[in-house]
Amino acid sequence: MNLATKISSLSLSNPTMLASGILGVTRGSLKYAMENGAAACVIKSISLEERTGHHAPNMITFEGGMLNAVGYSNPGVKEAKKEFINLKELPGPVIASIVGKDAEEFAAMAEELLPGEFSAVEMVLSCPHTPGYGTMAGQSSPDITEKITQAVRAKTDLPLFVKLSPDSPGIGQVAKAAEAGGADAITAGNTMGPGMILDVITGQPILDFKMGGVSGAALRPIMVRCIYDIYKSVSIPIIGCGGVINGRDAVEMMMVGASAVQVGTAIHYRGIEVFNKITKEIEDILEQRGDSSIKDIIGFTHKLEE
Amino acid sequence: MENIFKNIEQPISLPIKRVVQENANVKTFYFATSLKSKPGQFVIMWLPRIDEKPFSIAFDEAGELGLSVAKVGHFTEKLFALKDGDLVGIRGPYGTHFSLKNDFKKILLVGGGYGVAPLATLAEEAMKKNIDIDFCNGARSKNFLLFQERLKKLKANVYTTTDDGTAGEVGTVVDTASKLMAENKYDSVYTCGPELMEKKIVGLSHDHHTACQVSIERYMKCGFGICGQCTIDSSGQRMCLEGPIVPGDFALAQEEFGRFHRGASGKKISF
Repeated sequence: MNLATKISSLSLSNPTMLASGILGVTRGSLKYAMENGAAACVIKSISLEERTGHHAPNMITFEGGMLNAVGYSNPGVKEAKKEFINLKELPGPVIASIVGKDAEEFAAMAEELLPGEFSAVEMVLSCPHTPGYGTMAGQSSPDITEKITQAVRAKTDLPLFVKLSPDSPGIGQVAKAAEAGGADAITAGNTMGPGMILDVITGQPILDFKMGGVSGAALRPIMVRCIYDIYKSVSIPIIGCGGVINGRDAVEMMMVGASAVQVGTAIHYRGIEVFNKITKEIEDILEQRGDSSIKDIIGFTHKLEE
Repeated sequence: MENIFKNIEQPISLPIKRVVQENANVKTFYFATSLKSKPGQFVIMWLPRIDEKPFSIAFDEAGELGLSVAKVGHFTEKLFALKDGDLVGIRGPYGTHFSLKNDFKKILLVGGGYGVAPLATLAEEAMKKNIDIDFCNGARSKNFLLFQERLKKLKANVYTTTDDGTAGEVGTVVDTASKLMAENKYDSVYTCGPELMEKKIVGLSHDHHTACQVSIERYMKCGFGICGQCTIDSSGQRMCLEGPIVPGDFALAQEEFGRFHRGASGKKISF
C-alpha cells in the first residue's frame, strides 16, 4: 500500500501531520510526534515579539472536542530561531507557522524566521481568539488574505500554506484569494467560533479569555464541507485539519479534497501514538475499498459528481 | 476504538472546607472530595478571572482532599485571602506518580521546601506496607519546614536540616542524604524540591546504583498533554503526562534537567 502523499513540493511518508498549536513549542516535542508517526510537524505559531498569551484556563474539553484560547504565547522570532535548530536532522519536514498584525509584519516574519531550517511555511489568518490577529483583525476576508499572502510570497520560495477560518462566509472565495496571492496550498483550517463554556456553579466562563476556538469532533463536519467547497474553487492542494480523530475521519477529509491531514485534539483522546494509529486505520480502509494508493481517494467524492 | 468522551477536562467548583496554616508560608486548603490520586500526582486549581495553576496533592484520604500551597505570587496571594465556604475550581488528578514495590524493605525520601508535600503522602503509603523510611526534610529556616509533626507520627526516621541551623542540623538535605546513602542500602530513593537539589540527589542515587524517582516541575497550561508547554529537552516528553514523576536515569538523560526550564512564552530560563 502506498501511503505517501505530496503537498506542493513537500513529500510526506504518510498523510498525518502535527497541527500547529498542539505541542510544537519545542524542537523536542516535534521529534517526539515524529517518533510516533507524524510525517511532518507544524510548529506552534511565532510572532515578531515574545508573547505570554492569555491567562489560564486556556484549554478545556467538552463532549464534542476542545475549547482553547492560548493567545499565541510564543518566545518571539529571535528566541524561536534558537529553539528550532538542526531541523533537517529530524525524520520528517518541519513547517514554520507565522502570525502577524498586518502584511508588513507577516513579511518581516517570513524574512527573519524562514531562511535555513524550515521546509515550508504556514501563515495563519484565522485565529478566533487573539485581539489584533486572525479573524479578530479581519485577516480572513478575501482582500486581506490576498494582500498578506502576496507579502509573504515576495519574501520566500518555500512552499507556502495559508490557514483559513471555517467561519469565513464563502470560504472558496477566500481560498481563491490565497491562490491568487501565490499560496502553494490551503490549510483548512483553524478552530471555529469562538465558543463559550461556563462553570454553572459560579456562572463564570471557564476560559480566562471567556471565549475560545472550538476544535475536535464538533468541528469536523463543518470542516469537511469547507474542504469540499475549497476543492471546487482552487487547483492548489488542501491540507485538512479539524477534528480528525481516526482513520475514517482522515479518509473522509481526503475524499472531499485534502491531500494530507493535520491532527491535534485527537492526541488527548488517543495519546501521542495517534499518528501511527490513524495511518494504520487509513491503510485498513483503503484495503477494504480495494485502493492501492492514497492518491486514489484524494478528491474521490468529486469524481463521483463528474 | 477508545471512548472519546471518557475525560471532560473542566474544573469543578468546590467550597473550601477548612484552611490550616502549616508554616510561615504554607497553608493547606481542604475540600470534601476524594480524587483517588496517587502520591506525586497534581491537580490544577482555578480562581475565576484570576488564573489557574498546578499544585501537588498533599492529602487525599477519608473523603478529604488537601492541597498545601506556598504563597509565591499573584495567584497564591488571592488564594490565601479565601476562607471556609469560598469556591475554588479543581481538575485532576494529573500526571504520573511515585511507586513502591511490594518487596521493598527500606527507602529514602528527600524533600526540600514545599517539595515535602507529595513525599509525605508517599511516606504514608510506604508505612502501610511496613517499609522502613528515612526522610530528609530540609528548608531554609525552622519556620519554613513542612509536615514535621505529620512525619513524626509515621515513625519515619526524620533527618532535619535548615540553612540557618534554627532546626535540625545546619546544611541541606543533600548533606544528610549523601551520608545516609553511604551508610545504608535503599531499595529506592524519592526526591522532590528545588531542581538543583533534585539533580544532586538523582546523581548520588546513580552513583550508588540505587533506583530513584524524581518530580520534575515545568510551566504548564492544559495539564492533559496538548499545549506542549511542559515538554522537556531532550526527549520532548510532557511533564504533565509522562511526568512529573520520572525515573532518575530518565531525568539525567534530559539536556535541560537542572539547567533550564521554559516560561509562559516558551522562552528558556536558566536555573
